[in-house]
Amino acid sequence: MIINHPLLGPRDASEFTYLGDASLIDRPDWQAENAAEAFYEYGYVRDNPAGEHQELWYHEAGDRSWLVVTRNTLTHEISKVELARDVARARGRSK
Amino acid sequence: MRYSGFRVIKEALTGHKGWKPVWREPEPKAHYDIIVIGGGGHGLATAHYLSKVYGQRNVAVVEKGWIGGGNVGRNTTIVRSNYMLDGNEPFYEFSMKLWEGLEQDLNYNAMMSQRGIINLFHTDGQRDAYTRRGNAMILNGADAELLDADQVRKEHPYLNFDDARFPIKGGLVQRRAGTARHDAVAWGFARSADLQGVDIIQNCEVTGLRIENGKCLGVETTKGFIGANKVGCAVAGSSGRVMGMAGMRLPIESHVLQAFVSEGLKPVLPSVITFGAGHFYVSQSDKGGLVFGGDLDGYNTYAQRGNLPVVEDVCEGGVALMPMIGRARLLRMWGGVMDMSMDGSPIIDRTPVEGLYFNGGWCYGGFKATPASGHCFAHLLAKDEPHPVATAYRLDRFQTGRMIDEKGVGNQPNLH
Repeated sequence: MIINHPLLGPRDASEFTYLGDASLIDRPDWQAENAAEAFYEYGYVRDNPAGEHQELWYHEAGDRSWLVVTRNTLTHEISKVELARDVARARGRSK
Repeated sequence: MRYSGFRVIKEALTGHKGWKPVWREPEPKAHYDIIVIGGGGHGLATAHYLSKVYGQRNVAVVEKGWIGGGNVGRNTTIVRSNYMLDGNEPFYEFSMKLWEGLEQDLNYNAMMSQRGIINLFHTDGQRDAYTRRGNAMILNGADAELLDADQVRKEHPYLNFDDARFPIKGGLVQRRAGTARHDAVAWGFARSADLQGVDIIQNCEVTGLRIENGKCLGVETTKGFIGANKVGCAVAGSSGRVMGMAGMRLPIESHVLQAFVSEGLKPVLPSVITFGAGHFYVSQSDKGGLVFGGDLDGYNTYAQRGNLPVVEDVCEGGVALMPMIGRARLLRMWGGVMDMSMDGSPIIDRTPVEGLYFNGGWCYGGFKATPASGHCFAHLLAKDEPHPVATAYRLDRFQTGRMIDEKGVGNQPNLH
């Protein structure tokens, strides 16, 4: 697989390590009433879709940026690559 | 029809005209006591034990394609019970014992071959870890034996003992482990279940689960609605998709694992061998091909194929361990979809939906577990309580903190 890095252009997927579902960006509030339940869902439960999947890749053998890759889990086709920082900020995170 | 030596001679003398298909192709009935979704190894084993051990005769197995066409037809055929943790080892040893009597139980030649497995170690720390694991196995009634480098050299003289980075210091052996013919396991369970009256319904995809007031009433399929008192789901890599029909999200990710077969070679490997310094395991089939595999590709996928970096990594591991295979050519490679759980251990449990039961999360260790998985799932379906060796395989264990994490890598499914 080739991942089209937003800053570096097309890079081989073997330069990256894979973390998992991009919902891991949305860390729950540890002070919320339902924090225990929310952290269980956050840590252990996944949508695991057959089809389009947003996921976190880390450019370990490159510029060490985190990317959000939108990829089809049935065909391995990559339709979108964004910097995780931009995605997190768009979701209201400070950094 | 029972198989026997006498039968083979009789058929040979009468032109082999007496062999018949070994399971029926029934149309689904309107209602069953129990429906098992998934006609793979675990689903068919469940049907076999439901009918033979637990006396359930009104049972159906529904399968999207043809039986045995999923992971039971695409694995590396290794059978073993060399686990460490309390939640796992009694279960896998129960499975090992079922394997030892399986062919007699099924009256079917599954080509079970107890040729042994050796897990090589390359450091003092690894020796300690394997010693501990071997002791845990012995405490649970399994067999384990620790060999030093000279003893390993006697049995496997072709290994790369004096590698500068990863010298072989010894190995943990389980003599009762081995290999079995994977397809024959599926066919043997199917034949036995069919003989007991189980309906095996192929080319019948489950498209929905009919759930009313929190109770599962049956399955919607491409052959219409089929009612059931209880529905058990044993669909491995498709677990997320099928349980998603009940609105459930699981502690599971689907990943691809690749496996490889070399061209046929003369007999060289007496047992199953695993490399301790890289991820590589290998055995030799009766046809002569080296059957081997290694790591997951590492990303979520439902495609039954992988990518080249893992091919390179696995082959590097193989050549590092046994340089003699450097000239052997790769004949076939393929990928299977694994239901990787969050702690690397399986789930056999009820679900929040009444009448709906789940069997999955087998990661890439499902084949060796086939008989025990079927036995324990049948126990749960028939008696509504877990089998004594499968009590730890709870769906809610991640919420209650009772994970069974053999490798200790946490909630990272692609590392298990």
